[in-house]
Amino acid sequence: MIPSILTKAAASTLALVVLATAAVAQDAAPEAAEAVEYAVAGDTAFVFNTLLFLIGGFLVMWMAAGFAMLEAGMVRSKNVSMQCLKNIGLYSIAGLMFWVVGYNLMYDGVDGGFFGSFTPKSIPAPDAEVAGDGYAAASDWFFQMVFCATTASIVSGTIAERTKMWPFFIFVAVLTGIIYPITGSWQWGAGWLYEMGFSDFAGSTLVHSVGGWAALAGALIIGARTDKYTADGKVMPLPGSSMPLATLGTFILWLGWFGFNGASQLALGTISDASAVAKIFMNTNLAAAAGVVAAMILCQIVYKKVDLTIALNGALAGLVSITAGPLDPSVPLAILIGAVGGAIVVFAVPLLDKLKIDDVVGAIPVHLLAGIWGTMVVPLSTEGTSFVTQLIGVVSIGAFAFVASGIVWYVLKMATGLRVSKEEEMAGLDKLEVGVEAYPEFAGAGRA
Amino acid sequence: MKIVMAVIKPFKLEEVRDALTALGVHGLTVTEVKGYGRQKGHTEIYRGAEYAVSFLPKIKIEVAVPADLVASAIEAIANAARTGQIGDGKIFVVPLEKAVRIRTGETDGDAL
Repeated sequence: MIPSILTKAAASTLALVVLATAAVAQDAAPEAAEAVEYAVAGDTAFVFNTLLFLIGGFLVMWMAAGFAMLEAGMVRSKNVSMQCLKNIGLYSIAGLMFWVVGYNLMYDGVDGGFFGSFTPKSIPAPDAEVAGDGYAAASDWFFQMVFCATTASIVSGTIAERTKMWPFFIFVAVLTGIIYPITGSWQWGAGWLYEMGFSDFAGSTLVHSVGGWAALAGALIIGARTDKYTADGKVMPLPGSSMPLATLGTFILWLGWFGFNGASQLALGTISDASAVAKIFMNTNLAAAAGVVAAMILCQIVYKKVDLTIALNGALAGLVSITAGPLDPSVPLAILIGAVGGAIVVFAVPLLDKLKIDDVVGAIPVHLLAGIWGTMVVPLSTEGTSFVTQLIGVVSIGAFAFVASGIVWYVLKMATGLRVSKEEEMAGLDKLEVGVEAYPEFAGAGRA
Repeated sequence: MKIVMAVIKPFKLEEVRDALTALGVHGLTVTEVKGYGRQKGHTEIYRGAEYAVSFLPKIKIEVAVPADLVASAIEAIANAARTGQIGDGKIFVVPLEKAVRIRTGETDGDAL
């Protein structure tokens, strides 16, 4: 066994050396390289680009687990099964919708316009693809699909603990099949915003703010949890069931973000692409770290204690902030961008409570507000961008996502209702809507 | 026979158990409880909002002892559970009419 493994490892190392040499040849001295080497290099780029999409894609897929664990930890134990069910349900619905209509609506024939075509995504047979395609079509679909699912994951946390399951899933189907692909087409589908010069590298606005706007519209129309605000305006904290789960979820999201931002380079066929992906990893990690540290320090100053959930939100806000431009900022600028993201959380969480907007996990500060911040600071480091164009992108995408989401939420409220009954809310959604309690052996599982 | 019931700080349970075992007490029932006394509650903070925790977690122990052991059991529990800080708990003694060991059918003093 051992010798054969070693032989295999040696063979693949040799293969990598050969491939790397070919790539160097293509970059450094194309005129000297032979035709055969070009062909090999083209195949190599196809293989590495596809690999980047697939690895980045499954890392972003894993963010669905991160959201599920973060939300499971932030809701009370009587609603944990429901939160898990919503998370695996929304991920699945998003995937189906992004094949049925989402992908082509976002990418097929947008041509500077406002949306693509209402058709399912088709892919060529594996042996029909050629090096000139740049990457396997299915790897591109998979990579873009998981971004779409991330947008839906953002929504479920905000409106947790009081929203009916099936109407939520209908909303997810519209969000992932229609709303997200339309705003996405404006930029990543080479639509009108792209032509105008808007820049959003990995989706601070396209993914995170769109999810945040959809969540905000939902929170406003569905209303707060019954116990959350007293008649005399006091905020009643409803502490989550498991801080270890929330922490694990945040670490999973942080890990997934290397796929989210790193693979958004969209290419790994050259040294400059490989180096760009590596720099993105570095900036992404430092922005998240700065988000945590900024949130912890501000928490200590403002509240004299460090709230773990705010520190976790700080990591995610740092990540969202750097997502619009993870490549171009210098390391100190990336740290500053992430730190401001963390600071936004500390002040926005109580502000939302003052406005009686009940956001169970803090998705609105983390994804919407930090997403706007991250998008607006892109011109500090990315050439060819302007604050005006960035603002036009933020406002137009925000307006469309908020209004369209609001309409869908409102129609669902009229048609099916969005809230569970007060009795069901008190007993917990696990008992009456799911029928499976998260912790059936705990005596207190059914308590508030 | 008496039931000696005590509400104590949770981290004092092992010391109390050791003290009672040293006296020759061979059985003890423990319940996790919440409550308040002079200590009242305290405030915690979650996501920027303060809230009162009115009921603090405590351990309630119940031990059935023959009459001649009551005084020393009380003393043992009090000594073992005392920190001198507020919230050390209380001891209650209530009469016990009858005791039965289920396995053998022994009663009263033989059942303890």
